[in-house]
Amino acid sequence: MSSPLYQHSAIQRDRISFRRRKAVRSVLLAALSTAIVGTLLGVLVTGAPGWDRVRQSFFDPRIAREWLPEILEGLWLNVRMLVFCALAALALGLLIAVLRTLRGPVFFPVRALATLYTYSFRGLPLIIVIYLMAFGIPGLRLQGTPSVTVLGGAAIVITYGAYLAEVFRAGIESVHPSQIAAARSLGLSYRQSMRFVVLPQAVRRVAPPLLNDTVALQKDVGLISLAGPIDAIRAAQIGVAQTANFTPYVVAGVLFVLLALPLIGITDWVTLRAARRQNAGT
Amino acid sequence: MVLSCTDVRKTFGANVVLDGLTLDVGEHEVVALIGASGSGKSTLLRCVNLLAEIDDGVIRLDGADITDPRVDADSVRQKIGLVFQSYNLFPHMTVLDNITLAPVRVHKRSAAAAREQAMEWLNRVGLADKSGSYPDKLSGGQQQRVAIVRALVNSPRLLLLDEVTSALDPELVGEVLTMIRDLKGEGMTMVLATHEMGFARQVADRVAFLDKGRVLEQGPPEQVLGDPVEARTRQFLARIIEAGRL
Repeated sequence: MSSPLYQHSAIQRDRISFRRRKAVRSVLLAALSTAIVGTLLGVLVTGAPGWDRVRQSFFDPRIAREWLPEILEGLWLNVRMLVFCALAALALGLLIAVLRTLRGPVFFPVRALATLYTYSFRGLPLIIVIYLMAFGIPGLRLQGTPSVTVLGGAAIVITYGAYLAEVFRAGIESVHPSQIAAARSLGLSYRQSMRFVVLPQAVRRVAPPLLNDTVALQKDVGLISLAGPIDAIRAAQIGVAQTANFTPYVVAGVLFVLLALPLIGITDWVTLRAARRQNAGT
Repeated sequence: MVLSCTDVRKTFGANVVLDGLTLDVGEHEVVALIGASGSGKSTLLRCVNLLAEIDDGVIRLDGADITDPRVDADSVRQKIGLVFQSYNLFPHMTVLDNITLAPVRVHKRSAAAAREQAMEWLNRVGLADKSGSYPDKLSGGQQQRVAIVRALVNSPRLLLLDEVTSALDPELVGEVLTMIRDLKGEGMTMVLATHEMGFARQVADRVAFLDKGRVLEQGPPEQVLGDPVEARTRQFLARIIEAGRL
């Protein structure tokens, strides 16, 4: 930075004033083009021949107000499910990823099972897993079968665990072998090298994609409504059935977006920080 | 003999990197390994530290065969320090945590004792003010000095240095070499692979010229570097002089 006493040369003063004019012009242009695009979109939607009907069936403020409390109550279930499922899926994913790195013939079956799991559950649609777990397991009529909500949550954890395991594994493999060599050269065992040197770096590196998968999980939590529990989507569905109006769905959708915003914000922040660290060099 | 390598062979596929190499290192001795890239210097150090498995021959540490597969490799490595060309500090740990990791986790020393010992070393090498910094905030020379301290706090019988100044800017080489010279003064037994012939001359008790996976010629630095017997050693040194590094 130049000191306050420093006098720029004429040529630099000219550059500075040119850059300032350019910056002002950019802001004005951005505002103008945003206004034009916004107006066009507004005219296009509200000018459509069916707009009045659509507004009545999807954006009825009276119905929205009426059903908001019920949908919010359902959303509380989604929030609880989200917290539990995200934590459990992260733990499961990390465990599977570590199991897949185990070496030696003794661990062959463990490796094989872990690999089979990540392959099959990344291919299997979540809806089918939810149906199989939530309707199939109670069908066995075993003593102490957990509630449909718990079974649906387990289906989400198992499906997402398979994705997160692959993200963790990519992180583990991205840690340079020289780091393991350094750890082993100090006398650390394989397990200690994993725990103190490889995993901390791996998790840091894959934090952005892990969080991104968590954002995807937060909206897929709504799929447990298929199994019966009254979450936000189920509550909205009941509202739609009773009022013959789609507004409750829109309300639920808006609530889901609002729920995701903080998590998306955190993801962006972590990603930005990770990129900055990477650019700083190691 | 602290270290004794006999007829060591190491191959990578069809590539024979060590071809019946024999080398002894006595107590308090400093041996410099010189030779062209690919002559096997780094591979030998990795084999001695059991990071690479040899394909034939024997390596002994204090008379005990460490290349026997029944030997616990972790306990051998605890007695041998290795410093890498590219430092290999752990980027997610502070300087202090890098240094105290092995003392606390491997040697089961208390965190306070390990910390005190680490700070003593950092003070000695003038890096005490960096104890809380992360490696990416340090210069190459500082990182390498931390890496050497990290190896030393385990009180190794033998310290292996793998071209520890090759990745450094020329003006930072001095601080690392000074540290190694001090270690020699304290009687540390060391094997160092190096391209710094001037340094090999100053610090080494013996220079070993490696060629095609064997020790072709070894002896006092003045002899090997000043008046080599073997034609290939002369050739190698001539090339080094040409590059202005002697």
